[in-house]
Amino acid sequence: MKVSITVNGVTATHDVEPRLLLVHYIREVLALTGTHIGCDTTSCGACTVMLNGLAVKSCTVLAVQADGGKITTVEGLATDGKLHPIQESFWEEHGLQCGFCTPGMMITALQILERNPNPSEDQIRHGLEGNLCRCTGYQHIVNAVQAAARKMGPQPAKAR
Amino acid sequence: MAVTKLFGASIKRREDPRLITGTGRFTDDLKLQGLTYAAFVRSPHAHAKIKAIDAANAKKTPGVIAVFTGKDLADSGVGMLPCGWLLPGLKIPPFRAVAVDTAHFAGHAVAVVVADSLYAARDGAEAVRVDYQVLPAVVDAERALKSGTPQIHENAPGNIAFQWSIGDQDKTAAAIKGAQTVVRQRFVNQRLIANAMEPRACVAQYQPATEELTLWISSQNPHVIRLLLGAFVLGIPEHKLRVISGDVGGGFGSKIPIYPEEVAVSWAAKRLGRAVKWTAERRESYLTDAHGRDHVTEAEMATDAAGRITALRVKTTANLGAYLSTLAPLVPTYLYATLLSGQYEIPNIWCEVTGVFTNTTPVDAYRGAGRPEATYVMERMVDLSAIARKIDPAEFRRKNFIPPDKFPYQTPVALVYDSGNYAPTLDRVLQMAGYRRLREEQAKARAEGRLVGIGFATYIEACGGGPSQVVGAIGGQVGLWESAHVRVHPTGKVTVFTGSHSHGQGHETTFAQIAADNLGVPIEDVEVVHGDTAAMPFGMGTYGSRSGAVGGTAIHLSLEKIKEKGKKIAAHLLEAAEADVVYQDGKYHVAGAPDRVKTFQDVSLMAYLAHNLPAGLEPGLEATTFYDPSNFVFPFGAHLAVVEVDPETGHVRIARYLAVDDVGRVINPMIVNGMVQGGIAQGVAQALWEGAAYDEQGQLLTASMMDYAVPKADFLPSFEIDRTVTPSPVNPLGIKGAGETGTIAATAAVANAVMDALTPLGITHVDMPLTPKTLWHAMQGRKGGAR
Repeated sequence: MKVSITVNGVTATHDVEPRLLLVHYIREVLALTGTHIGCDTTSCGACTVMLNGLAVKSCTVLAVQADGGKITTVEGLATDGKLHPIQESFWEEHGLQCGFCTPGMMITALQILERNPNPSEDQIRHGLEGNLCRCTGYQHIVNAVQAAARKMGPQPAKAR
Repeated sequence: MAVTKLFGASIKRREDPRLITGTGRFTDDLKLQGLTYAAFVRSPHAHAKIKAIDAANAKKTPGVIAVFTGKDLADSGVGMLPCGWLLPGLKIPPFRAVAVDTAHFAGHAVAVVVADSLYAARDGAEAVRVDYQVLPAVVDAERALKSGTPQIHENAPGNIAFQWSIGDQDKTAAAIKGAQTVVRQRFVNQRLIANAMEPRACVAQYQPATEELTLWISSQNPHVIRLLLGAFVLGIPEHKLRVISGDVGGGFGSKIPIYPEEVAVSWAAKRLGRAVKWTAERRESYLTDAHGRDHVTEAEMATDAAGRITALRVKTTANLGAYLSTLAPLVPTYLYATLLSGQYEIPNIWCEVTGVFTNTTPVDAYRGAGRPEATYVMERMVDLSAIARKIDPAEFRRKNFIPPDKFPYQTPVALVYDSGNYAPTLDRVLQMAGYRRLREEQAKARAEGRLVGIGFATYIEACGGGPSQVVGAIGGQVGLWESAHVRVHPTGKVTVFTGSHSHGQGHETTFAQIAADNLGVPIEDVEVVHGDTAAMPFGMGTYGSRSGAVGGTAIHLSLEKIKEKGKKIAAHLLEAAEADVVYQDGKYHVAGAPDRVKTFQDVSLMAYLAHNLPAGLEPGLEATTFYDPSNFVFPFGAHLAVVEVDPETGHVRIARYLAVDDVGRVINPMIVNGMVQGGIAQGVAQALWEGAAYDEQGQLLTASMMDYAVPKADFLPSFEIDRTVTPSPVNPLGIKGAGETGTIAATAAVANAVMDALTPLGITHVDMPLTPKTLWHAMQGRKGGAR
């Protein structure tokens, strides 16, 4: 089946198997390997990407379902060579150790802050519960999201 | 010892820019020309004879290139997976990469399919038909020891892999017999699964023209994999085998062993002349990654009238799974029983361990590896003894601490502790917690019928093990030294090659801090390289919290050699005696004449130009060190947990968690804080949530992230952490080790807190994980408990 998907601002058309998972489309077809696969049960969130403004686990979306959609992956977070405040904050607050969960964590953090520019620690922890990290115990990830919230400042909630 | 601002500074990690931009280099990210994909057909049964394998349909599946069975590998001479630690009398069953006659655990590979796409490989694997004759299975280690149970391996009668002991059996028995108070308790330390976020993966490529095989693999120790794979299993000479571990997405011990998949993939790549990739699905990770823990222990602790521990006797049955994973015999013996003195002066200790085969996934190191198991037994027994003696648990611990003037301290279980000062960490955690007030609040809560508990763990860890001669004498088939090669380039830029390997620890940052600090050069001038057997000398890799203490010291010693040679060149150029030349802040100058100076860059350039070197001195500026530590190093600390158990539901809320650790001198506090936080999370998780569960037929019931309780962000509170600093005298940097302390302490601290909470109900012990269901059942029928 033909799909036309815009990923990080670039639109491409490919002929794909109907069963092809979006995460495999991103990793294998587009060779954007920043989005990772950590499980096969929609549990870990390593594969989280933004699809039409919503953070989704791309292991549980078919590529054909994303036809016509707009996707942001970790590779699309920085603009003009400048890191996104979430990326900066993960770096500054030591929000990553092995770095495998990090791309999905940052996309989820983006969604949390888009919905609530000034979340409490509890709200951040609740918002991150679909993303697993085995290294950090989450504290420094929470700190990173708080730091990013400060950097990004109050913003109008994005229309979904 | 160099102490300047870089050593000890919380600088941002140098590995992060690639990891936060999605440009890391994890094994599954690798694309090669003509790449093919492997998928494994795995036994659905825990114990079964393989009667026949029909691959006809699989071979007809579009995209499938080949299907191989265990016989194909065996016929071409593929060897058994070796065991890396040999105990006296150890029974080593033949461990084939792909089973030939019998599958011994659910998930055991029986065939491998190679196809031109991932999906085609999985289609092919589904199309393989295997005719099994199901055999009775045994899952529980204690049951496996009973007569009449299934015998798993012909060469291991009674399913016993080894029987091992340490300490003085007779003296310990006499001390217990004559003791005023003896507490006894049985403990189950449940099986855990590491759950590194990156599933295991490997890619192999063979070049027929040069007969070279390259294996990219998610491993904690690429050189060890090269040695075992090349010399023991595939018969590939080491100079024709290159192993590369790029970014590794967590290990926690599960990426130490050599596994069947890398054997089969490497073999298939050579056979087919095509690059082959395999990446575990998470279900495969649960079934085949080495599991951890799984002990059943009977412990007895004797105390005298003054509340001093006089003896400890421990009998442990360790479930090793179906085969011996690489370090399986080490973990429940020398990494476990040697820790049973804890922080305490105990005159008599005896421990015996029986290693048992079962029809389950092989068991090996998981974060802490033996040391959390020992600390759990020890700290629970200390609490039970304190209760029996009616002494506050903090005071009981303090009373039994090894006093600071007794270091180095020889325990009755082989180890000699390097340095320690235990009371200050306990004092600090009590002060941070406001202990007296906490106890008052607890009394008030109890009066209201609330179940509030306070629990301690005062622990030691043994890490950075050595020397290698001792390691060999107790069964190790490897040394435990580490290598470092420092290359100074003509411009004075520095590349550090370490045999240690980072899978999240941040070596590229901390090792650069050591180097830049030592040489007095900007950190931007230093690059750290790890994880490629073609790039650096043989290295032992990263596990057992050894990288800083052993790998870091090897770097330090190489840097000293560099400066020594540099000083010869500088003295020659400055026309001064070598003894009069001083190195400071990246410059050599003549003592008392700071204007007679040659920079590190001047000296580096001359080392390579070689136009004007001292007579007899070789050109170039490089140094290699193989550092073999003279002893382990011994981090320690005091952790305190405050919990509240819901009497209606059994749910445990962690109100506070405090940790005061002493890991010696700290290179990068931010990174150590991160490791401590993450370690605590894993330790808390064992106490409250995690556990691998099998049914009686040997089916793993917790084979997905929906069934196995990896903690989520909202399970955990913020932890309050602090440190004291007692430098290790073992290495010149004073480093101990920080990778596992949290995991070692937290399980015991939380379990003790929950038991303290249940004290009003007359409950003294419940086995982990302390889930709501488990605690609800324990509280049934107890006054004030669940109704």
